[in-house]
Order: sequence, then C-alpha cells, then structure tokens
Amino acid sequence: MENIFINYSLFILFLPLAAFVIQIFFGKRLPRQGDWVSVGAIIITLILSIAMFVAMLLGDDPAFKQEASFTWLDMGAFSIQLGFLVDNITVIMLLVVSLISTCTHIFSLKYLEGDIRYSRYFAYLGLFTFSMNGIVLSNNLISMYMSWELVGVSSYLLIGHWFEKDSAANAAKKAFLTNRVGDIGFFIGIMLIYTAIGSFVFDDIFEGVSTGMISGTTLTLAGVGLFFGAMGKSSQFPLHIWLPDAMEGPTPVSALMHAATMVAAGVYLTIRIFPLLTPDALLIVAYVGGFTALFASTIAITQNDIKKVLAYSTVSQLGYMILAVGTGVYTAAFFHLLTHAMFKANLFYGSGSVIHSMHHALHKKHDHESDPQDMRNMGGFRDKMPITYWSMLISTLAIAGVPLFSGFLSKDAILAGSLSFAQQHPQHFLLPVFGFGAAAITAFYMFRMMFMTFHGKPQMPELIDDIHESPKEMTGPLVLLGTLSVSIWYILPHFNPISTHGSWFTSLVQPVTAVVPGNLSAHSIEEGAHHAHNLAMGISIGVAALGIGLAVLMYLKKVLSAETWRNRAGFMYDWSLNKYYFDENYDKYLYQPTLRLANKIAWIDWELYDKYFINGFGHVTNWASRVAGKFDYDIIDQILVDGLGRIVDNIGNIIKKFQTGKLQNYLLYVTAGVIILMIIQSF
Amino acid sequence: MQELNTYLFVAAILFSLGVFGVMTRRNGIAILMGVELILNAANINFVAFSRFGGMNIDGHIFALFVIVLAAAEAAVALAIIINIYNNMNTINVDEASALKE
Repeated sequence: MENIFINYSLFILFLPLAAFVIQIFFGKRLPRQGDWVSVGAIIITLILSIAMFVAMLLGDDPAFKQEASFTWLDMGAFSIQLGFLVDNITVIMLLVVSLISTCTHIFSLKYLEGDIRYSRYFAYLGLFTFSMNGIVLSNNLISMYMSWELVGVSSYLLIGHWFEKDSAANAAKKAFLTNRVGDIGFFIGIMLIYTAIGSFVFDDIFEGVSTGMISGTTLTLAGVGLFFGAMGKSSQFPLHIWLPDAMEGPTPVSALMHAATMVAAGVYLTIRIFPLLTPDALLIVAYVGGFTALFASTIAITQNDIKKVLAYSTVSQLGYMILAVGTGVYTAAFFHLLTHAMFKANLFYGSGSVIHSMHHALHKKHDHESDPQDMRNMGGFRDKMPITYWSMLISTLAIAGVPLFSGFLSKDAILAGSLSFAQQHPQHFLLPVFGFGAAAITAFYMFRMMFMTFHGKPQMPELIDDIHESPKEMTGPLVLLGTLSVSIWYILPHFNPISTHGSWFTSLVQPVTAVVPGNLSAHSIEEGAHHAHNLAMGISIGVAALGIGLAVLMYLKKVLSAETWRNRAGFMYDWSLNKYYFDENYDKYLYQPTLRLANKIAWIDWELYDKYFINGFGHVTNWASRVAGKFDYDIIDQILVDGLGRIVDNIGNIIKKFQTGKLQNYLLYVTAGVIILMIIQSF
Repeated sequence: MQELNTYLFVAAILFSLGVFGVMTRRNGIAILMGVELILNAANINFVAFSRFGGMNIDGHIFALFVIVLAAAEAAVALAIIINIYNNMNTINVDEASALKE
C-alpha cells in the first residue's frame, strides 16, 4: 500500500508502451487502424495521472516522496541500481505529459485522418509518451539517459512522419544529430559523476556531492556536461537550430513534443540536477538561458511561417526556464514549464487548426503553390474560426504575460528571480535585461502573429469562403487548454491574481537548497525573489504593454508601417529573417569542413588502406587457403578419411559372410565355439 | 555311481542327436523335434542328478517345468511354422530368409 503511487505510475509508464506494441504489430489490421487502442490507453493514463494529482493535492505534503529501486546489473563490485521516483514534481509532470498527450491523440484523430501511415503515427505517439514518462519517473541518470534517447528516437520518427518530403526527412535527421551533440555532453557528465561517486541514483549523487566526493572544477564540468544534454533537448543556443526545422512534423506532434513536453525534458533534467550545480555552472546555465530567450525572440519577430514563429517562441520560452534555473528559482522554472506546456500546446493546436483549414481551402481551389502555413496568405479568419481564435487569444495573452493569465504568474516569478539575482550580483545585470527584453519582444511578435492570422483583410480573398472552424476533435483540446491558460487554476486556493503566494503549487513544490557549498540557500533565494517581485511585476506589465501596443499600432491599426520599419532596420531585419544565418554558417564552418575532412579520410581509407593493406591481406589469405585446401583434400580427405572408410568397408565385407541368416549356421558356430572352449579348458 | 554315468551317457547321446538334428535338418518340424530331444536330454540329466546327486526332489520339479515349457514352446513354434507355410507354401527354413534381403 505504501508504494501505491509507484504502482500507479508504472501503469502510466507502461500503458502507452503496450499501445505502441499493439499498434506497431497489429495496427493496420485493427478496425479504424487501431487508433482507439492508443486513444484508450492514453485516456486511462490520463485518468490515473489525475487520480495521482488529486491524491497529491489532498495529501498536501511538500516532502512527499516515494522511491522504488532494483538492481539492474550486478557484476561483483560493479552494480547499477535503477528505479522510479515519485514526488510532487513527478506527479505534476506526469499530469502534464498525459494531458497534452491525450489532447494530441484526440486532435490527431481528425488532423491525420486518411493519412497513409495513420496507425504507425499513433504507435509512435505511444512510444513517445512511454519514453517521456520514463524520463519523468527516473530516479537515476542511467534510466533517464535511456528514456532520453528513446525520446530522441520517437522525435526523429515523428518529425520524419512525412518522409517523402525531403525537408521532413532532413529535419528529422538534423534534430536527431543535433540532439546527439548534446547527448555526448550528457554522457560525459554522467561518467564524471559515476567515476567520482560510484552511483547513478540522484539521492546518492547529492549525498556524495554534499560530502565532497566530487567538488570544484570536476563538479562544475559534470554539471555543465549534464546541462549540455539539456541544451540539446531543450534547444538552447547554440544547439537551437533543430527545433524550428522540427516543425516539418505533423502539427499535433509539434504541440506535444516540440512545445510542451519533450523539449521541456531538458528543463526537467536541469531542475532535477539543480542541487549539484556549482555557482559557476549555474552562471553558465543562466547566461545560456537568458541569451537564448532574447536571441530566439528576435528571430521570431520576422518569421512569416506561423509554425516557425511558434517554434522560435518555444525556444525563447525554454530559455526563460533555463534562466530561472540558473538564477536559482528553479521552482519558478518548473512552474513556467507547467503553464507554458498548456498555452504553447494550445497555440500549436490553434495553428494546426488554421493550417488544416487553409490546407482544405487551398485543396478545394486546386492551389498547390501557396503555402498553407504562411501568415501572409491568411488574415481575417476571426469570424470564420471563432473557437480557434478565442482560445488562441487566451494563450497569446498568457504567453505575453498579461495579468489574469497563467503565463503572467510564471514569467513574473522568473523575472523576479533574475532581478533579485542581479541585485545580489550587480555585475550580472544582463540577465534581467535579457529576460525583460525577451518579454517585450514576445508580446510583440505573438500579437503580430494573431493580427496577421485573424484580423485585417483576408490576403487571399478567394479562400475566405472555404475557411471553416475545425471539427470537434480539434476544437475540444483547444477549448480545454485555453481554459487551462487562465491564471485561476494556478492560484487556488487563494484568489490573488497577481501572486502565486500560498497557492497549491508553491506549497507543494518547495525549493531545496543546493548541496554544493557556495550557493545561496533556498530561503535567501526565495526572500530575494519575494522582494524583487513587485518591481519585476511592474516592469513586466510595462514591457508586455509596450510590445502589445507596438503590435496593435503596426499590424492592427496600421499607424506604423511595418514596411518602413523593416527598411529602417536594414541588415538587422535580414539577419533576423534568416535566423542570423546560423544554418548557413554552421554549414560553411562546421558541416562542410567536416565533410571535406571525412572525404579526405575516406580517400586515405579507400586508396591506401583498402587497396594495399586490406586487399594485400586478402591475396595472402587467398594463397594460404589454396595451400591449406590442397593439403586438406589430398592428404586428409583422400588418405586419412577415405582410407579409414576403405578399411571399414573391407572388414565389413569379410565379416558379412558370417552372417548368413541361417539359424543352423549360427548354431554350428555356437557348437564349434563351445567345443573349442572345452578343448582349451581341458589343457 | 556306474548308474549315473550311464544316464549321463544316454543324455549326452540324446543331446548330440538333438543338436545334429537342429543343425542339419531343413524342415522346420524336424528342427523342432531336435529341440525336443535337447530338452529331454536336459530332463534326463536333471532327474539323474536328482536321484544320484543327493538333491532330493528339486531335479524332478525342474524336469516338470521343462516339460511344460517344452509344450509351450512347441505350441508357439508350430504356430510360427504354420504361418511360414501359409505365407510361403513351404516349411523349409532356408527359404524363409525374407529379412536377409
């Protein structure tokens, strides 16, 4: 009974896996291609998650923790313990994953209807849910690493769902390889920690760190190594390049993996390992996160593809979370992860709904040239798609940080944390500047997206009559997640719209002090953030208003001309539009030299090594085998083996004559034998 | 003691005749008769040793068993010979060599 949470979570973990196995083997033969198997499994998972969540709320114990471990590998002195950990963070995370996953399954029923790989798509969704829950439930680095890689695989498979398109196949490859780069860092971090402490289990690691088994530069390196893995998965600068391309996958997948859950895995990892990060490592984390937040938002301003805007906005928001971990307010990071999962998934569903509708409208007009994702082809959809519009508007308000919406609360906590960090360390004043700058720009580009898509005159008037609201399977998740983007859910049981103080979240997820000496205690971080709270809130409302105001002037009222400003920005506009030429520069300075080097090595390999060494070896072997073969045939086979056979044959021929089959002969032999014996006996 | 040797002598002759019959005859029934002779030679020995060797009644009992066995054996063997005759129209045992081929 005491481990009932663990039992529940095992169900949550393995049900999607079962659905995956059924789908992958029998999916095509089942009625409706077996989508009900996946959807059923995920709904049960959701129910169990909700049950656990409610139990957690009723329990109201900040220190709640259940752990179960088993020995996975035992080789004398070397043994590896794996296990599951359920605490409040896990329970909330499980709920987020199951909820978004359920929404995605249901959304996909219509979005992917008639797709050629319909059943396989659902199978992969199941695989993803399983591996994501695996990350969430791990109490050690090894099983987390395994699930981490599984998540990477399912991401690869789902981005490349339409692999007939070159762009999708390439994007899948890019995502996979970029993640590998980060994973190398992750692996180095794991190994450094294991070498020093001899365990992969979090609790042992934290204990080892606090007793000084690993410290100083090694610990910093280990922390940064682990964080490097998080950078890959959470798409932080400079490994951010894969996430925008990952939007080649189906939109529900983007919502589930590349907005709400998978990319949050990096943040989740950073939150989990927070206690072992040294001050130096935290500083690196903070700067990477802060810079990514600002950097990605400046790219999002100029993008015209609706999903690309959201993709860069995701990168930017993940940067926020990383920044929060770096400045010590990691519970705020987790809070933002939670709210962001809701509103960003919702924004992606909204964009999916718009694209779906555009796609059908274009299809009807036999227009295969226009891009259904390009916002310049949209405009004026508000009255045609009211549910999509309103739910997206709520989420946009949330991400822009407008009071009464969820994003406001979490973003505020992060900004307060970075502000207080800068107050304590004035030399790091850039961190809050990154944060507030990104907040302003986020408000601007999100409303730009809303206005370009839903307001103004239709840019393709011939389409507007064919734009319809999406079916119930698609609007359902939109409404649900739109509702969850309002702040009321996050401030219960109090009704203080500007602060989460005393809410269920802050009372259940309480920060713990890092175990590394030199870090601020959780208490002082919280104190600082609390003092900076009002100032941060003021500035954040100010910058959000500024961003929204600019967007209104430029794209709604058209008082400011976007054209003029574009020309005024000059090269900065081009840079932003082309994502700061990251892909091009990576190509020029990283990929091409690597390819050239690979070609050189291949030449050496083929021309020298293969032709002379390997082939020469082949000739020698060939000659040796001929000799050996001759010996084998002539001597062993002919003389030894056949000779033995001939001897046996001859003996057999002689002995055969005695066996006549006549009873009398045999009796004669017996009698003769007896007589001979008697004669011998008589001497 | 002279009497015992006499009996053994008779038995030995009987035995040799039996073996000779079994070895030389081609007729199945004649072979069977040879076997009976061998068995009866053994019977004479049993009874003789029982009488002169001081073994009381044991030898007689054995002789009785042998007679019963001989009867059973004769029944089975005659059945086999009848079958051979039914199948091959002969009771020459040299002809019955189907297994050899």
